[in-house]
Formats: sequence, structure tokens, C-alpha cells
Amino acid sequence: MIRVRFSALAFAATTLVLASASAVLAQSDAEQPNPPRQSWSFSGMFGIYDKAQLQRGFQVYKEVCSTCHALSIPFRTLADPDGPGFSEDQIKTLAATYQITNAEPNEKGEIFKRPGTPADNIPRPEAYPNDQAAAATLGKAPPDMALLAKALKFERGFPWFVVDALPGFEYQEMGADYIHAILTGYTKPDDLQWNLYYPSHKIAMPQPITDGAVDYKDGTKPTLENYSKDVAAFLSWAAEPNLPERKRIGLRVMIFLIVFAVLLYFVKKRIWESAH
Amino acid sequence: MSGPSTYVPKSAIGRWFESRLPIFGLVHSSFIAYPVPRNLNYMWTFGAILSFMLGAQIVTGIVLAMHFIPSSTQAFSSVDNIMRNVNYGWLIRYLHTNGASLFFFAGYIHMFRGLYYGSFKPPRELLWIIGVIIYFLMMATAFMGYVLPWGSMSFAGATVITNLTSAIPIIGNTIAHWLWGGFAVGGPTLTRFFSLHYLLPFIIVGFVALHVWALHVAGQNNPDGIDVKDLQRDTVAFTPYATIKDVFGLMVFLILYAWLVFYIPNYLLDADNSNPANPLATPAHVVPEWYLLPFYAMLRAIPSKFWGVVILLSAIVVLAFIPWLDRSPVKSAKYRPTYRFFFWVFVAIGIGLGYLGSQEPTEGLALIARILTFGYFAFFLIIMPILSFTEKTKPIPTSIADAVLTRTKTAVAAAE
Repeated sequence: MIRVRFSALAFAATTLVLASASAVLAQSDAEQPNPPRQSWSFSGMFGIYDKAQLQRGFQVYKEVCSTCHALSIPFRTLADPDGPGFSEDQIKTLAATYQITNAEPNEKGEIFKRPGTPADNIPRPEAYPNDQAAAATLGKAPPDMALLAKALKFERGFPWFVVDALPGFEYQEMGADYIHAILTGYTKPDDLQWNLYYPSHKIAMPQPITDGAVDYKDGTKPTLENYSKDVAAFLSWAAEPNLPERKRIGLRVMIFLIVFAVLLYFVKKRIWESAH
Repeated sequence: MSGPSTYVPKSAIGRWFESRLPIFGLVHSSFIAYPVPRNLNYMWTFGAILSFMLGAQIVTGIVLAMHFIPSSTQAFSSVDNIMRNVNYGWLIRYLHTNGASLFFFAGYIHMFRGLYYGSFKPPRELLWIIGVIIYFLMMATAFMGYVLPWGSMSFAGATVITNLTSAIPIIGNTIAHWLWGGFAVGGPTLTRFFSLHYLLPFIIVGFVALHVWALHVAGQNNPDGIDVKDLQRDTVAFTPYATIKDVFGLMVFLILYAWLVFYIPNYLLDADNSNPANPLATPAHVVPEWYLLPFYAMLRAIPSKFWGVVILLSAIVVLAFIPWLDRSPVKSAKYRPTYRFFFWVFVAIGIGLGYLGSQEPTEGLALIARILTFGYFAFFLIIMPILSFTEKTKPIPTSIADAVLTRTKTAVAAAE
């Protein structure tokens, strides 16, 4: 028993030292604060996207962000009932307003442009056909937003990175929190590129949205806070459109596996009775 | 345990088949009638779990390979295509990436079980060495698989690991260029890694077959570390006893798998890998997947590039020598209190190294990493040999049957 206690002590001691070291390191390493955690409709085991919020988020993207940022997702996904849920006609009309370069040349061998169809990807901003052109004008190429919400992360330290995986505590929305934080983080009006949450506080993008920039049609208040949350939710959907279906299937799979495991346990006990 | 099968098929067709290709007899003698010690605990279910995971990775991998394009210009967008457009592509992709992590998780438990219960001791030395080979092949496969999506971290990881070959004196740079198919990691590297990533799992299957064969010659070790003396008293038939335990163990493991895939699929994925690879933009913190972190910590702990690589390779090669480093006649740590203490310290060292591998190497952390690296090697090269001869072990039971009966007697007595 004493031996067990010793090894348990050794184990616990190592863990404690690492825990305190890591919590300190996580924040001191980065002088910028971690984005504050928001509540999202799509968090947790049963959370799904809010259709109205995604539609508003798409409006914010289209009217503000699409000037500089690409969003390489197919138009038809905007009609996804698990996502923004626009109607097929709305998407056909939307796609047709864009001119897309056709993949193949015509019979004369000329590269030509044609109106978009729902199968096409949302095209890049016209002014910046590639990253190099964007960087030449803007200093740094604005990232494609299709996977942006998945590409953003920040350290939480021990024990949070363990807790973040546990049922009931899972934290998968770091990207959305980060986007929301950046958009609301321009807290120095005299320095357009100072952002509270960006590493070293110097961000290449000056404040993109302010109160009243976008006209919401469904009565939601046109504030920066709402724009940030809506576009962050929309970009989370763009990065993870499978989320609602994934959680639906997941629930059925978990229930099946747990019930089956319990049944198997009792079968195992029954079979092993004859071994004694 | 091995020898000609005693299986006689009941049907005429069965007997016709069996006399031409005795595969049913093989299955019968290996997985149905095969005797298994009756005192095995759930740590022994991980072999079956690993076999399942290998199958799962191969199946999901083959389906992914139908849609993945191994070219540096199209790899990233082909993965995006799988996630958005391919029916259930997101599911297959998440099964594959999280499956790799769980493959290693089960593998580590399987290996630590071997270390704890002395499953590497005679006559199972070759079984253990084949296991070390499988482990090395798993690491190579996982490393190459991680490069394939051609994200930021894929590119960075490929650069770090392939640069290690340039540490070889004289011919190092030539080897690195040959490996890369160019003067740096690039398109050719990705394409050849795809080819090898598809190949290696099937080589792993071959070694797993050898692994199971070697196992069936010697029979399973058991938690008490005592040899089987009487087949009737000490063992049970594989089916239904071990089969049902394996299936139950697998089901519990699948619950963990399902939790990862359906609810936290990106938990183990580094966010930087959702950015396309850019040779001009290295991620701020370059880290491999969690299962390679302890070795990454050891590599970074050593200031010299050459010796870092030597330490890294030695850390894996030393595992093959364990049957000759630990010569204690007592197999199981249940009866080796001092070894058990050092075993758990070793586990803590492993976790500590893993944690350090995920952090940026500051002066203080680098010092701790060096101490832990020393501890890692000390466990194998100093502790094991010394304990083999000087340890005062507890008395071991006379037979497996006795061990089981004593335990049930104590349990019944305690309940009264």
C-alpha cells in the first residue's frame, strides 16, 4: 500500500507542477487576452445553428467582408436546411448575379465568363484574383473564410484543455469566439490597426464594421455586437456545415453503443458463470 | 498451443474444403478452441481493439483515397471537397483522423500492459520485437498521413522530420534531397508520401499476422505472470470466453471513438492545419500530433541536431532490447513492488515529456525535458537491469487456477 501511495504521490506531484506551470505559461506567453467565451446556439451536445442568425451572418459577409475576403463554398450549400436555409430560387438568383470564369474555353478557344449557378463556388473578390494581388494592395492577403473558424485557436492551459473534451463541458467554438473578439476588439479609436485580441495587438485589417453598417430586415438591432455574433456564427457554419447532422447521427450512435455495451456486459457475465 | 488442428468439419462440403485449404481448421484452432488463461483482465482486450482499429483505418482510408488528390495544388481543396461535397465524406474523414489517434491510444495501453505484466519476457521476446516494429511502422504511417492534407502544420511537420535525415554525416543532404524529390518539401514529397501511406498499413497487417502467430505459439501472458501448467484448470477456450470480453471491451472503446468523431471531431486536430500549406509562412508553434509529442520533446531537448536524432531513434530502438534489459524471473509487476513504483514514474515521465513536446521550449522547460529524457532512458538502461537482480519480489502463486481461487475466496470472505 505504501508503495502504491508513493507512486501515486509521484504521479500527482508531477501533474501539479505541470498544471501550475502551464496555466501561467498559457497566458504569459501571449500578452493578448484570450477571447471571452460567448454562448452559441450550436454549442453542446444538442446545439444546432440558428437559421435566422446564419442568414443575417451571410448578409454581413456579402455586404462587408466579401470586398476583401473570399469564401470558397458552393452556392448550393446556402440552401442547406441545416444551414442558412435559403430557398432554391433565392440561391439561383444570387448565383446568377456573379460572373464566373468558365472552367473550359469555348469552341473558339477563348476563356469566357458566364453567370453563376448553384453548383459554383462563391467567387473570390473581383479586385483580388489571387493572394499576391491582395497582399500587394492591402499589405497582407485576407484569408479565405471557408475554414477560418476552424483555423483559429488559443491556448487555454491545463486543466482546461482536458475539461474542453468532456461531455457537458465540450468547447468547440473557439473559432467563433475568436472572430467575435476580433471584430469587437478595436478598442483604440486613434489606432485603426490596434486590436485587443490579436497577437502583438497589430492586425493588418482595420476595423471592418461599426454600428449601423448593415441593414437587418428581421428587426434585430443593427449593433456591432450583433453583427459580430451573426457573422461568427455564419463562418462557423461555413467551416462546419456537417454539425447538425453529425450531432443527430451521434446521438443515435451513442445511445445504440451504450445500450449494446450494457447488454454485452450482462451476456459476458452470464457466459463467464460457467467458467467458475 | 500450436500444432495441427483437431477440427473435423461436420458437413461433407466442409470436409472437401478443409482437405484442400484448411482455413476453417486454422480459425478454429486459433480463435475458437485456442486456450486462454482464465485470469486475464480487460488490459488483454486491446489486441482485438487494435485489430479492429487497423481494419477501420484501412477501410476509411481506402474510401478517402477515392476522393483525395495527392498533388500540392489540389490536396487541400480535395480534402475540403470530401468534407463538403462527398456524401458522408465528413464522417469518413473524421473517422480516419480520430481513428488514428485512438489507434495510438489503444497501442500505448497495449504496450504499457506488456511492460507492466512482463509480456516481453521469455519465450515472448520475438513477439515483443515484432510489436516494436509495428509501433515504428505506425509512427511512420501516421506521420505521412498527417502530411497529406497539405495544411500549414502538415508542411511544417514534413519539413522538420525530413530535415532530420540531413543530420546523417556526409550523405545526409543527398538523402534529404532524394527523400524530398527536390531541394525542399514540395509536391513530389506529398505524392510519394501518399504512395507510402497507402502501402505501409498493409505491411503493418503482415507484421500483425506474424505478431498473432508468435503469440499463439507461446500463448498469452497473464496478470499474475505465471505459466499455464494445467490446460483444464488454468485456461478457458477463446470462444466464447475471450470473444465476448473482446467484443464488450471493443464496444466500450467505440463509445469513446463515437464521442470523439461526433461531438469533438476537431479536438485533436491542430487548428493551423485548416490553413493551406505556405512555404513562406510557418506556424507560430510547430507541434506534431499528440502521440508523437514525447519523442518531439526528446528531440528538442538535445541541443545538437545529430545527437537529437540519435536520441530520438534510440528512444524507439531501446524498446527492442527490453527482453534482455529486464531479466527478473518474476514476470508481473503485481509481485514486483519496486518495479511497479518505477513503472508509474515512467508513465508520469511519458506524460510529462508529451506535455513538454506541446509547449514552446523555454530555458526552464528545456532543462526539465532533458531530465525527463534522462529518466526515460534510465528506466530501461539502469532501473530494469538493476532491479532484475536486486529486487525483493513478493511470493508468486503456484498456478493460475490457485491465483484465481485465492482472489475469489478473499472476495467472498470480505463480502461476509
